[in-house]
Amino acid sequence: MDFIIIFQAGVATGTVLLFATIGELLTERSGVLNLGVEGMMLIGAMTGFSVTVATGNPWLGLLAAMLFAGLVSQIHALITITLHADQVVSGLALTFLGTGISLVLGEGLSKAGTVALLPSFSVPLLSQIPILGPVFFTRQSILVYIGYFLVPVTWYFINRTRPGLHLRAVGEYPAAADALGINVHGMRYLYVFIGGMLAGLAGATISLAVAPGWFSELTTAGQGWIAVGLVIFAQWDPVRAAVGSYAFGALRRLILDIQGPTVLFGFANPFYYNPYWGFFLQMLPYAFTVIVLVIGSREAIRKRLGSPAALGNTYIRGERGL
Amino acid sequence: MTETTSPKTRRGGFRLQLEPRLSEPSRWFPAAVSLGAIFVALVLGGIVIAFAGGDPFRSYAHIARASFGSLGVISDTIVKATPIILTALACSVAFRMKLWNIGAEGQFIMGAFGASAIVLTPILPAETPRWLFVPVMMLAGMLGGALWGFIPGYLKAKFNVNEIISSLMLNYIAIAWINYWIFGVWSEGGFQMSAKFPDNAWLPRLLDYAESIPAFRGLTTHAGLLIGILAAFVVWLVIYRSRWGYEIRLIGDNPRAANYAGINIARNVIFVMMLSGALAGLGGMSEVTGVVHRLQTSPIAAGYGFTGIIVAWLAKLHPAVVILVSILFGALLLAGREIQPSGVPKMIQGIILVSLIASDFLLRYRVRLIRTEVEG
Repeated sequence: MDFIIIFQAGVATGTVLLFATIGELLTERSGVLNLGVEGMMLIGAMTGFSVTVATGNPWLGLLAAMLFAGLVSQIHALITITLHADQVVSGLALTFLGTGISLVLGEGLSKAGTVALLPSFSVPLLSQIPILGPVFFTRQSILVYIGYFLVPVTWYFINRTRPGLHLRAVGEYPAAADALGINVHGMRYLYVFIGGMLAGLAGATISLAVAPGWFSELTTAGQGWIAVGLVIFAQWDPVRAAVGSYAFGALRRLILDIQGPTVLFGFANPFYYNPYWGFFLQMLPYAFTVIVLVIGSREAIRKRLGSPAALGNTYIRGERGL
Repeated sequence: MTETTSPKTRRGGFRLQLEPRLSEPSRWFPAAVSLGAIFVALVLGGIVIAFAGGDPFRSYAHIARASFGSLGVISDTIVKATPIILTALACSVAFRMKLWNIGAEGQFIMGAFGASAIVLTPILPAETPRWLFVPVMMLAGMLGGALWGFIPGYLKAKFNVNEIISSLMLNYIAIAWINYWIFGVWSEGGFQMSAKFPDNAWLPRLLDYAESIPAFRGLTTHAGLLIGILAAFVVWLVIYRSRWGYEIRLIGDNPRAANYAGINIARNVIFVMMLSGALAGLGGMSEVTGVVHRLQTSPIAAGYGFTGIIVAWLAKLHPAVVILVSILFGALLLAGREIQPSGVPKMIQGIILVSLIASDFLLRYRVRLIRTEVEG
């Protein structure tokens, strides 16, 4: 087991979670909880792969994945923002809908074979840095590098720019934002759309770069839900979201690799000699999500931090409440 | 001429306005809205099917024929509906308190595991009479589900952990857990399934009585249906006729008022999650002892827990309506197995849920077409 290789692959795998988590984070910052991430990711994975199969151009696939997932997210926006329905139920419905649509439209796609993938490359100079170079800058997909840019850009946008200030105002105190002339409903539609596009990008990152292909629901295997959990762990902060995403990516990779060698740290590898123990390894990402939630929730109680104050609430002008 | 009548160029015109309903709409109105929403959903689903290269009319006609066309398939429909009744009841109980248990799938699986453990460990010997086997397996199933419901309930009550994500994560853990037992410990001859249960550990089926009543020949409807109907009655008693149910409804409608009234919300969160889990676990027990007769992953982890969420919502969380809606969804699942593309039943479930939620606003708001004033 080579830890450099595990972390290198973990960064690539974690990029999937990173896109989905940052997207959901932006949506939640505007006060809308969208539990449909898993469904939108499946839409993105299916669309990205099928458009690439049809056109031979993975960039077109990526674009189509983001647009289609963004479009589907607008159903959630319409139902919760304009029709004032409960955000939890609507988000669940979106996951069902996204899963169903991607299964129907993705029928037969799993037999499509190989397609042109997005390019991977090493960064000159940076890849020479010991440890960090091989892990972060060697033979990574271009999407991984885009992920590196997305984190500081999102942080700067939320915390240091005027539109970012408006975003936070809409999520914390929409009535005040409304009084200042900010279009609360319009902003929320926009950030649900951005969240949907990033979820679509996350899905396409799987099907076009990390684990190419379409394997129906197993393509995402619950990563959309893990992303929703990571947002809570991240306390709605992009930098913490990145740390969590890459850690989970490395964990997923470690689970795959730990079952291979016969000798582990000088001992006989129990996972090699008892292959059924692998099922306990499979539980780990999900169990860690629960643990990470407990950590995030306890911290929120202790520091009196928490979610954006208006998260989950419909804003209706003239009504009491936040 | 055309210019003056076109809405864009005309001064003034119409606009839609939403007004909150101040009085309760009449009794039939919510049902009519739900039916309308389902109709819209079927039309939308048909469009997607056509887009994917299928024939929507043939698909729907096939669903109707393959699920209600003869006594035999009606019986099969009821068999499919039975697990949904129990998972939908599980969701109804939790949702009534606005506790979003979406882990019914995992609780169902753990219920099936608990019941199977009685036979496969074995805790009771294979020659145990049915009158003892079945109740013990029911208890074990409820225990397995309740344990799986307790975890997110406890985490919610103690650490304010979001129950949606924790209960969902436990679904995946439950699947890996039974896979370990099926592939490893209880595997029958290396196959990915356990040994078949002895006959006396099966729930009785209608065809068992075919010798005295010939009409029952070949009908696989099993006693799980009775368990489901009984459970629906008990849930109705608890929610609408007991002090506990009053507390649950009060917390669901107004947690702040419930807190002022001295109701222990944290304790109710744990107990309701356990009750919800026990109901789903009972569903898993009924499926494994009434239909599958062995522990095997694909027929047990088949998504009944997720369908239960939609059914509970469609039934407006009412136990009696849950039974009716479950039969309709049983039909959809049964007939859906043969439809191409194979994702159609899942997609239609999703579209139905979305249009139902969207239609809810008709119950809360009155939509009015208002003629805006012509200016100047």
